[in-house]
Amino acid sequence: MEASPLISLKGAGVRKGERWLIRDVDLSVNPGEIVSLIGPNGSGKSTTLKAAIGLIDLQEGCAHKQPRLRIGYVPQKLTIDATFPLTVDRLMRMAGDHGADEIADMLTKVGMKDHAGSPVHGLSGGEFQRVLLARAMISKPDLLVLDEPAQGVDYAGEAALYQLIGQFRDETGCGILLISHDLHVVMAQTDRVLCLNGHVCCTGSPQSVANSPKYRELFGAQAAASFALYQHNHDHTHLVDGRVLHEDGTITDHCHHEDGHHHEHHDDESATGGNHAG
Amino acid sequence: MLDDFFVRAMLAGIGIALCVGPLGCFVVWRRMAYYGDTMAHSALLGVALSFLFDLSLSFGVFIVALLVSFILVALQRRKSLPTDSLLGILSHSSLAIGLVLVAFMSWVRIDLEAYLFGDILAVSKLDLVIVYLGAIVILAVLSVVWRSLLVATISEDLALVEGFRPERSKLVFIVLMAGVVAIAIKIVGVLLITALLIIPAASARRFATTPEKMAVLSSAIGVVAVVAGLMGSLEFDTPSGPSIVVAAMLLFGLSLLARNKGGEA
Repeated sequence: MEASPLISLKGAGVRKGERWLIRDVDLSVNPGEIVSLIGPNGSGKSTTLKAAIGLIDLQEGCAHKQPRLRIGYVPQKLTIDATFPLTVDRLMRMAGDHGADEIADMLTKVGMKDHAGSPVHGLSGGEFQRVLLARAMISKPDLLVLDEPAQGVDYAGEAALYQLIGQFRDETGCGILLISHDLHVVMAQTDRVLCLNGHVCCTGSPQSVANSPKYRELFGAQAAASFALYQHNHDHTHLVDGRVLHEDGTITDHCHHEDGHHHEHHDDESATGGNHAG
Repeated sequence: MLDDFFVRAMLAGIGIALCVGPLGCFVVWRRMAYYGDTMAHSALLGVALSFLFDLSLSFGVFIVALLVSFILVALQRRKSLPTDSLLGILSHSSLAIGLVLVAFMSWVRIDLEAYLFGDILAVSKLDLVIVYLGAIVILAVLSVVWRSLLVATISEDLALVEGFRPERSKLVFIVLMAGVVAIAIKIVGVLLITALLIIPAASARRFATTPEKMAVLSSAIGVVAVVAGLMGSLEFDTPSGPSIVVAAMLLFGLSLLARNKGGEA
C-alpha cells in the first residue's frame, strides 16, 4: 500500500503581477522518496519549492501538507550579516533544544566537527552549506527541503554532499525535496526528477528524464550525454571532508591520475553544459 | 538620594542603556538604523501632542512612534516608493510637524532644546519609575521573542518553516522600539536616540562571538557611555544627549583600537 504523500501540489499556479511564475504544476513527495527539481534559471524551481511547503500562496490549484509535518529547510542564498556574531555551534543550538552530544554527532556526520567554535562568516561556501544541512537534519524532520544545497560547492564536494543526503534518507526514511541546477549532478539516489520550465516539462526517473526529448531541448544534447557519463562506476569516492576513499580502502588527500578513474572530463562538459539553457 | 537631580538622571540613563543594548543589536543586524531615526524624530510630534491634549509625555511619544511605524508599514505594502524614501518622508515630516506645532502653541512654554538634545535636569521621580518599569517590560518581552527574532534575522523563510511567526515578532519589535524612544527621550533627546541604539552595539561587535554576548556587552558599553556622558554634562554644563553620544563615540573609537577577538568577516 502506498503511503499518503508528505506534501503535494495539484495544478499549482503562482502569479506575480501579470506573469505566471509557475502554472499547472503537480508535485508530491512520499516518505522515503527523493524528488529533485531541475530546470534553467527562472524556471520556477524555488517558487515551486516554496509553494509546496506553504511559504508562498497559490493563485491557482491547491497545496496539501500533512498535519504536524516537521520540515528541515535549507533556504537558497543565505547570507548572514557581518554584524551578526554567530558561531557554528550557536547556529546549531538555534534549531531547537538539542544537547551538546547531539550537535557534535551531527557536525561529525557532515565533517564540520572541528569548526564548532568557528564564526560562520569565515566558512567557505561548501562548509556553510554543510552546517546548514546539519542544522536542518538535527530536528529529525519528516521532510528535508533543500534549495540548491550544493551551491558554492566544488564538484567532488557536491557528490559527497548528495551522498550524505541519500544516506540520511536511508537512515531516517524521511522524504526529500531538493533543487539542483542540472540533471547531470542529480545523484543516482534520486527517485524522481521534475524538470521545470514554468510548468512541468517532463518528470520521471533520472534516466527517463535524461532521455526525454523535451529535456534535451531544454538543456541541449551534450548535457544529456554528460549525464549518461555520470552513470558509470568510479573506483574511488570523495569524502565529505575532501579526502578520497579508494576502492582498495585506502584514504588519500587527493586522487591521482594514475590511480582511480577521475572524472575531470565531465567537469569540462558541465562547465559548458550550463550554457545550453540560454 | 533620589532628591538629587543628578542621581535621578544617572539612574534613568543607566536603565535606558540597559534595555537599549539588546534592542540596538537588532537595529544593527537588521539594518534598521534609519528606521530607528524615523521613530525617534516622530517623538517630537508626540511631545507636542502630549502638551496639546494634556497627556503623559511618555504615553504621547509612545503612541505617535507606533502610529508612524504603522503608517510606514501601510506605505511599504503599496510598494510605490523604496523604503528609504518613505522613511525620509516620514522622519522629517513628523519632526517638522512637531516643530510647527510647538511654535503654534504659544500658551505653553516648551523648552525645545531639552527635548531635542536631552536634559539632565528634567528627570522627575515619576520619570524614573516609568523608565524602570518600561525597561523591565521591554527586556521581558524581548526575552520571550528572542529566539524567534534571531532566526528571523537569519532568514524569515527559515523562521516560518520552523514554526516561528516572523511577522508577529517584527510587530513586537516595533512596539518595543517605540517604548525605548518613549523612555529615552528625556535624557538623550529626539535627535540622538538612534546613536545610543547603534554605537554601543557596533562597539560590542568586535568582542562578541554570539548574539547574546553582543547584547550584554552592548548594554554594558551603553552604561559606561551614559555614566561618562552625564558626568561630562554636569562638569562642562553641556546638554546630556550629545555628551552621552560623544562618550559612546569615544568608546567606539577605543573598540577599533582593541585587538580583534570576535569573528569578523
